[in-house]
Amino acid sequence: MKYAILCYHDEKVTCAWSKEQDDAVMAKLSVVTSKLEKQGKLGPVARLLPTTAATTLRKDRDPPLIVDGPFAETKEQLLGFYVVDCANLDEVLGIAKDLAAANPGGAYEIRPIGMLSPGAASS
Amino acid sequence: MTDPVWISDILAAARPQAIAALLRQFRDLDVAEEAFQEACLRALKAWPKNGPPRDAASWLIMVGRNVAIDGIRKQARFKPMPEDAAISDLSDAEAPLAEQLDHADYHDDILRLLFVCCHPDLPQTQQIALALRIVSGLSVAQIARAFLVSEDAMEQRITRAKRKVAAAQVPFEAPGAIERSERLAAVLAMVYLIFNEGYTHDVAEHGAKALLCEEAIRLARLLLRLYPAEPEVMALTALLLLQHARAEARFDASGQVVLLEQQDRALWDQRRIIEGRALIDKALRHGRPGPYQVQAAIAALHASANSAGETDWAQIGLLYGTLERMQPSPVVTLNRAVAVAKVQGPEAALTLIEPLAAQLNGYFYFHGARGAFLKDLGRSAEARAAFDRAIALARSPIEAAHIRQQIDSLAG
Repeated sequence: MKYAILCYHDEKVTCAWSKEQDDAVMAKLSVVTSKLEKQGKLGPVARLLPTTAATTLRKDRDPPLIVDGPFAETKEQLLGFYVVDCANLDEVLGIAKDLAAANPGGAYEIRPIGMLSPGAASS
Repeated sequence: MTDPVWISDILAAARPQAIAALLRQFRDLDVAEEAFQEACLRALKAWPKNGPPRDAASWLIMVGRNVAIDGIRKQARFKPMPEDAAISDLSDAEAPLAEQLDHADYHDDILRLLFVCCHPDLPQTQQIALALRIVSGLSVAQIARAFLVSEDAMEQRITRAKRKVAAAQVPFEAPGAIERSERLAAVLAMVYLIFNEGYTHDVAEHGAKALLCEEAIRLARLLLRLYPAEPEVMALTALLLLQHARAEARFDASGQVVLLEQQDRALWDQRRIIEGRALIDKALRHGRPGPYQVQAAIAALHASANSAGETDWAQIGLLYGTLERMQPSPVVTLNRAVAVAKVQGPEAALTLIEPLAAQLNGYFYFHGARGAFLKDLGRSAEARAAFDRAIALARSPIEAAHIRQQIDSLAG
């Protein structure tokens, strides 16, 4: 079963990280992800640019309304996600705990994936 | 449980909003700053036990406000301080109240705080120092290092700036639309000044200076969160990101400046470039052009060239032409001439800059560029004279060394 681990954090905090802080967090996370990769459990991983780079298309009207900024103003923002292939929720929670130890603060939302298409666009 | 480093990150992120709200309440920078400091001390005590509140800024505003009110009461010999516990026990439950109180004014508060710092009565160096101290929360020592002055001198500069701001009495009512956009323009200019103060240096004394670039980007992002649909705010953020993306490539191992054309583009920070390009892309969609958009578009063209030879100089020349019409300045014309030289050749470029001689006679880059155009036209004697003039105007040994290389390459 595939799950998405959605990463939420206050981007005011993460954007203020120095390059050294950022590199240190990424290095710690890559210890966790490379282990998952070896086990064949890691799917696509994405780090999103801050919500200040976001554009929202509201499609509840015709024509759709295009607005600058994220869909929702929240205290923590969706800043990235991991896709993992696990036997059950317990296993995903274990992975999320490892990731959390490498990158504390904020929250992970774990969502089972109903359909995943690998797509054709390369990195 | 919670790591103190983590707490200081949260405090730093909440700082502009908290100080801005406290400034509106107490209308005094010193009171706002002290109240915030005290609230931070209490956070350092309370948060490791209970974890940080979900809305750190509201917590800090609430605690800071109570602290300041107590201070004022004490001064006025009103009544004794309430129990400390009554304040430091603030939990998340009170946050929504604080939010209701403050959220409506949040945008104007932060804009006002920044605007206070760039008050027209203050010289630019004082504006920047004040903003870095009050809004960014850098220490006097950090700011002094970035400006290459003593801590005492910087302390005095900031104190003088605060006194002037207090005397100038910026109005605290919510600004009207025109005033708001004037304030925003002044604040954007100040953020760009902060960035340039960090960027314009030619030896790799990175640390202290690079910090200013990082702070300017942080302030630009803060403004962008407040005004997500303002193309000029997007563009300024993009411009800073695109320029800062080159930071690693701007100096060689010995700390010497490397000019754009010679930089190792593999050292450019691709994430900053991607973000910068995404923002300028968004900004241009609005069809409301402005000078930051033009400058960011130029920076984006440089950033997207895989090698110096692939730079789209024709487009860059057109953009400088646009910038010239928006903000006529001999320096912009000089920049356009550099692009024109690449596309139409040195003759056209020289014709373009000759009329600027009187205005830019004391400007290093003018004589450097003029010398290069003359050199390319084979007018060696005149080129040498221009280069000599440039060397005399160089502000650093490195600028002079670049020109000497040019002289050495002159035939004969």
